[in-house]
Amino acid sequence: MHQIRPYQGLEINGFILGEKLHQGGFATIWDVTHALYRTPMVMKVPTILDGYDGPTIVGFEVEQMIMPRLTGPHVPRVMGEGDFSQMAYIVTERIPGPSLLSLFKTAPRPLSEVIEVSARMAAALHDLHRQHVIHLDLKPDNFLQRPTGEMVLIDFGLSRHDRLPDLLAEEFTIPMGTYPYIAPEQYLRQRGDLRSDLFALGAMIYELATGVMPFGQPEKLAGVKKRLWRDPKPPRSLRPEIPEWLQEIILRALEVDPARRYQSAAQMVFDLQHPLQVRLTDRAHKMTQDSAMVVFKRWRAMRKIKGFAAPKTTASQIDRAPILMAAVDLSPDMEPLAAQLLRSVQRMLVIQPDARVACVNVIKTAILGIDQPVDDEGNNRHIMRLVALKAWAEGIELNDDRLTYSVLEGSDAATAIIDYAEANRVDHIMMGARGSSSTRRFLGSVSAKVVAEAPCSVTVIRLRETGAA
Amino acid sequence: MRLALLTDIHANREAFEAVLADMANRAVDRIMILGDLVGYGPDPGWCVDKVMEMVAAGAQCVRGNHDRAIGIADGALNPSARRVIDWTVNRLTAPQKLFLSELPMTIAEDDMLFVHASANDPSDWIYVTSESSAMPSFRVCDARLIFCGHVHRPALYSCDLTGRVMHHPIAPGLPTPLIKSRRWLSVIGSVGQPRDGSHLAAYAILDRVTNELTFRRVGYDSTTTARKSREAGLPEALAQRLMKGI
Repeated sequence: MHQIRPYQGLEINGFILGEKLHQGGFATIWDVTHALYRTPMVMKVPTILDGYDGPTIVGFEVEQMIMPRLTGPHVPRVMGEGDFSQMAYIVTERIPGPSLLSLFKTAPRPLSEVIEVSARMAAALHDLHRQHVIHLDLKPDNFLQRPTGEMVLIDFGLSRHDRLPDLLAEEFTIPMGTYPYIAPEQYLRQRGDLRSDLFALGAMIYELATGVMPFGQPEKLAGVKKRLWRDPKPPRSLRPEIPEWLQEIILRALEVDPARRYQSAAQMVFDLQHPLQVRLTDRAHKMTQDSAMVVFKRWRAMRKIKGFAAPKTTASQIDRAPILMAAVDLSPDMEPLAAQLLRSVQRMLVIQPDARVACVNVIKTAILGIDQPVDDEGNNRHIMRLVALKAWAEGIELNDDRLTYSVLEGSDAATAIIDYAEANRVDHIMMGARGSSSTRRFLGSVSAKVVAEAPCSVTVIRLRETGAA
Repeated sequence: MRLALLTDIHANREAFEAVLADMANRAVDRIMILGDLVGYGPDPGWCVDKVMEMVAAGAQCVRGNHDRAIGIADGALNPSARRVIDWTVNRLTAPQKLFLSELPMTIAEDDMLFVHASANDPSDWIYVTSESSAMPSFRVCDARLIFCGHVHRPALYSCDLTGRVMHHPIAPGLPTPLIKSRRWLSVIGSVGQPRDGSHLAAYAILDRVTNELTFRRVGYDSTTTARKSREAGLPEALAQRLMKGI
């Protein structure tokens, strides 16, 4: 295998190498130009040692398989690739600016920034998961930022696409990943669970908020295994002004058993965007690490564990854990319809047990003029609606942390529902429709507009009119 | 250039027609048939005629063990297969038999090799069913892409730069990149007698430009084929097999 080594000025398949931008352990990154493309581009060339260099080659093969199949703003666009016959490379668009590593070096960061950056990282991750790919090597170095704000994930050398051959499955006898961030199940050599990425994300948010890595920087593998039983110091014990809800999010993402973490990155984004709705558990209040006794018990349970219950495919995992939005009309004459909607939501949860449900009600505001926040008796309308919404949702059997309530305001109910669904990555809207009266036909119904314009699936519930043909 | 790969048609007209109809909508420029046009199924004459017509129009075809068994005593076939071959012989015309007898054992083109069974000894009709039985095929030739049939269960193997062979699960319908740093052996599933638990007819499409292989499955009227098989007096187990894909 005679490989051309890259150098400034080299021309290969029309790409001309410019300055070397980065020299990493496994690859070099070059600025490149091409007569036909005007976009700024970079070329990644794996550093192949003399003889056979298994891990580097396979990692590069994995990237070559996965990257051209990804689309959207959260991944770099692939412009060209070359195989090992001359020189292996991948050319992508160049995302200007440094990776998040420079930001992490200045951690702890102001909390508003921590929350903002975390939500954007999680949003990028969810986009990747939706495309059947688990990253499995998340760390600050692997996040870039577009000038428009979107986070861009890079370096897919350890990734897993659930519908492509997994070339890495048998490649290594030791776990792969970056030790400060990898999930316990990755230590156990499981590479099929998107929740591993959520663990790594939790470790990153922890670091960004406290300036400390939750599990230190183990140099040896034995140091990684410890996270199966030893819990990290609660973030609030290191930085008391971290709100309880943020600690709840971080420690939930860092749960040892994937089943106790968030079930999708979208669900994590939801919590980061709705702090007041985060249900606080013992995780939120904790100020010290678990006692020696608790840790000992966990050690006994975990030291010989072979693996955690793993999902079949990334796609099935995403499908099991959607965000459902129940848009309820709470007006008195709509009670039978609201009850029917509730039963439909309950049935949906039978087949999607990991779903999270956002219960939403819209207060219609006047298009012109000023609305009074209180009614004639002086009650706050918003709070009254919230109480009624919670009463409606009483029959939904779901851990409270996956049930949220929002009262929206808007002059147009359909637009309010659609905007909410868009902003919160809702996968499925369920709502009722009133009967088909002639006025409705003229004015247009809320449900018809939602069905036509929502960015996701919509199920419309309608009561069968008694006595109708 | 998009190349359709069909194999193990086994005299199943309904499955063959369904695959051809599916191909018609998928911008296929060339067709390669990996043998076993006859045997097991009730429509040998029609299927051979169709392949002869396709070959005249530019398709290519290699020979399978059932094609070879026509007109010779082959002790290697199992008794029920032998029974059907004896039944088949009387239903083929002289030109059809001549066509089958003149099929080549292998076709090599560019970096590709096409063969019915294992490439290491094509006329020994070895089943490629595991990493260890796939390895000899990679050793005996330098083709980067090897395509075979014979097994009736689609499968994909790769051979990396060190010569290690890996089996990969396949995802029907999704293009799989056959990356150039590896060599690949694809076992194409059977058109006319699938045995992987699905009764759907199997074939594959190789895109030479994107270098991607897509395994496809197509529904067909297996009830009719099973009925014809029974009416022809062929073994009942063969009719059952078509309905269940076993």
